[in-house]
Amino acid sequence: MSDKSPAAERRAGITAITSGKGGVGKTFVSANLAAALTRQGERVLVLDADLGLANLDVVLNLFPKVTLHDVFTGRSGLEEAILPAPGGYSVLLAGSGMVEYSRLTPEVREQLQQVIREVAPRYDRVLLDTGAGISEVVLYTVSLADRVLVVATPEPTSLTDAYATIKVLAMTQKRYNIQLVVNQVRKQGEGRAVRQQLQQVIDRYVSPTVGQPVKLELVGEIPLDVSVRDAVLKRELLMEKQPGSPAGIGMSALGLKLRGVV
Amino acid sequence: MHGVVEGLLELATRDVLTGLVNRRVFEGALAREAGRVVRGAEPALLLLLDIDHFKRINDTHGHAAGDAVLRVVARAIADQVRPMDLVARIGGEEFGVILPGCGVPFAQSAAERIRDAVAQAQALTPEGLRLRATVSIGGAFAGDALKADPAQWCARADHQLYQAKSEGRDRTCIEQPFLSDVSADERAMLFAWALDEQQQGEAL
Repeated sequence: MSDKSPAAERRAGITAITSGKGGVGKTFVSANLAAALTRQGERVLVLDADLGLANLDVVLNLFPKVTLHDVFTGRSGLEEAILPAPGGYSVLLAGSGMVEYSRLTPEVREQLQQVIREVAPRYDRVLLDTGAGISEVVLYTVSLADRVLVVATPEPTSLTDAYATIKVLAMTQKRYNIQLVVNQVRKQGEGRAVRQQLQQVIDRYVSPTVGQPVKLELVGEIPLDVSVRDAVLKRELLMEKQPGSPAGIGMSALGLKLRGVV
Repeated sequence: MHGVVEGLLELATRDVLTGLVNRRVFEGALAREAGRVVRGAEPALLLLLDIDHFKRINDTHGHAAGDAVLRVVARAIADQVRPMDLVARIGGEEFGVILPGCGVPFAQSAAERIRDAVAQAQALTPEGLRLRATVSIGGAFAGDALKADPAQWCARADHQLYQAKSEGRDRTCIEQPFLSDVSADERAMLFAWALDEQQQGEAL
């Protein structure tokens, strides 16, 4: 398909999860979406691509002895770095030793790409949990994925950064189909309203610039839910402890949507 | 033993001549501040300062005089910033100042205050001469996720410094507000929805 990056034709099932602004629940969505997909029978790996400020280990309450850092430096093989996560899926954690990778050298590019290339065939889906912001590392990570999932909340600052992300991806990576998850919605339908608002601004300012219609697809709406706060504070995985909570059901629905079931 | 470790740490992080922190500390602080902005902190301002015609001072009056100027300029800058700001000597005659929570409305005056203070300060050379120096200042913001990459942030400030130099030195150039990537019109259109929501909420 002409609307996919060249990488998309080589592999399948690699989704970058990004957000522009931090603190909107990007890592929370990655961790729980992976669990939802696992419950639905997929083999899933989450790669913590937030090389500068990794926190998937915190969300999952894991204390990894071996991280991507060790793989990159050759201190460990890839196999030892792939760890089982609470939701029944696999994770590759960045670890805090990765601070030095906040600047993207050709070596880091090559190593990250190599790791993804190696693990991708063994899973049905690989989720790349990118860093916050629209840094070089984030853009590069996204460029390695087939699909981009943007997480936003209805907050104005989050909308702005989500919009900026979409704009940059459309302009620099020819991403014309981008998926949207709206987190922390206060009432049903708010996600649809957010998508529509973003789409209007995209239609007016982005599509004419790139000369292509850029389409934003709403794939999920996660309700604002006290169980999320509980899970985060207890460092538990929502999908494991409270899959029937409103947010848990939202995650399951997101999984089904991504798999094309609904 | 403890004193030795502290001494080494001091050596590794401080510039001996001026007493300011060095480039290494500056880079770490810049990355941390960029991270804070991405996580929703107030915009931050980065100023890069370069002493004008420093080579001429060195060539005319000698290195000891040059050192005296560096010390006085460093002091003048440090005296004008808030406790939470960070002043570093990042190169020969180049200084960096990180000002957290310093958005567009305050940037110009903060930079000009520093520039004035430097221009007022006098360095006393070993020969008893009183020297004045001026600085050119370039400034850039980390304002939202899109504009908080530390390397790019620094490069944008450096671009403004170059601008200040090429416009004749002893002046401040600060980049246009960081809204540029998402224009005011785009923002207004994005927020129209949020305002509608709020009004609806209030009506209920």
